[in-house]
Amino acid sequence: MPDIDFEFIVIHLPHYGRALLLTLALGLGAILGSLLVGLPGSLILHFRAPVLRRVVAAYVEFSRNTPLLAQLFFLYFGLPAVGIKWSGFTCALTGLTFLGGGYMIEALRAGIEAVGRPQIESALSIGLSRPQIARLVVLPQALASAVPALAANCIFLLKETSVVGIIAVADLMHLTQGLIGLYYKTTESLLLLVAGYVILIVPVSLLFSRLEKAVRRAEFG
Amino acid sequence: MTTTANAPVLIDAACVTKFYDTRKALDNVSLAIHAKEVVVILGPSGCGKSTFLRCLNGLETVQAGSIRFHGRDLARPGTDWRPVRQRIGMVFQSYELFPHLSVRDNLLLGPVHVQKRPRAEALRQAEGLLERVGLADRLDSFPRQLSGGQKQRIAIVRALSMNPEVMLFDEVTAALDPEMVREVLDVILGLARNGMTMVIVTHEMGFARAVADRIVFMDEGRICETNTPVKFFTAPDTDRAKRFLSRFLY
Repeated sequence: MPDIDFEFIVIHLPHYGRALLLTLALGLGAILGSLLVGLPGSLILHFRAPVLRRVVAAYVEFSRNTPLLAQLFFLYFGLPAVGIKWSGFTCALTGLTFLGGGYMIEALRAGIEAVGRPQIESALSIGLSRPQIARLVVLPQALASAVPALAANCIFLLKETSVVGIIAVADLMHLTQGLIGLYYKTTESLLLLVAGYVILIVPVSLLFSRLEKAVRRAEFG
Repeated sequence: MTTTANAPVLIDAACVTKFYDTRKALDNVSLAIHAKEVVVILGPSGCGKSTFLRCLNGLETVQAGSIRFHGRDLARPGTDWRPVRQRIGMVFQSYELFPHLSVRDNLLLGPVHVQKRPRAEALRQAEGLLERVGLADRLDSFPRQLSGGQKQRIAIVRALSMNPEVMLFDEVTAALDPEMVREVLDVILGLARNGMTMVIVTHEMGFARAVADRIVFMDEGRICETNTPVKFFTAPDTDRAKRFLSRFLY
């Protein structure tokens, strides 16, 4: 057990606080953004909208089958070549949303497809329109059954923020690597890093498991 | 039950033909349903009886023939089925209540969102209908808290709360435990007594005989025989019907 330099920890706690807030902002922004991409995307796939369906399917393949690192490099170093110059944070948020969107589309699509054809026929038989069926019958059931997969995606996105340091975004991992490089206080820095992620992710995880129970109760009595 | 042959024709299906790929599911089916008439369609599995029923409210498309309802041919492509489905209610074998909605919201969905009726008035009607099927105390229940028979009675009420002119029943007791069949059939018998026009697909022979004004017997996508219930069950005209009925006698 190495000696732990508590003074170092106290001195750098505020830095970790700031990095935590930045990581949180990035993670929550990416979660929100990818849900905003995921919902219309999954509806387009489900309703087999002509042309758009192919665009969405290609996007899902592309976003899920390329490393986030490569996507970030492209945004940060590639886009300036065509005159688009974004800050590191904007690139990170865009990259994470691009990645998460593909995962969210698939999670929501699976939820939608879990609602069977007979439910839709039953809704048709009382004269509901297609948009009404989507809003009142399919989506509430689809979201409820997609909660576990959506939760996994959200936690995945929070953890994926750890690579954004590569484009100079000062997240928890970036800060830790910097401190280790400067002071060689590996143990202390890593302890702070782990604590930071635990503080960030455990509440989200607990929130989702409560949400899952609440949704099941509210939705299915 | 009552003679309805002179009543006006409500739904007039003529020469309805439907293919699933190359298999003929319906072959020149013609059937006129009169107002207040109860038509029971019998036949072996896969004979096309459910398919025919589903054609009547647009859940299946037909390739040839016509289905006239209030002067319009529903078999034509481009038919707007939404107003039609409000007048032709349907009940399914597997109930298909909406599991995420309470009984109350299941019953209000159509009247409020489709017919744009005031919530309070629709609720009053729903309560009255629930009372009639003996489930007045179930307004706040969710479907999964109900037995199969209760679910099916709620599904009937859901269709009735649209005030349809015709009700279609697609093997509505086939998924039920035997002791729950009766409670559902009693509701349908009650509707028949009140003069509801109904087309019923069923395997319950005793019920068919009790409720039907007319029995339609189908096989291989065609109507083989149309008869009164008494004649059909005692001395059917066709050998095919005789063979079918013999399988129900031990």
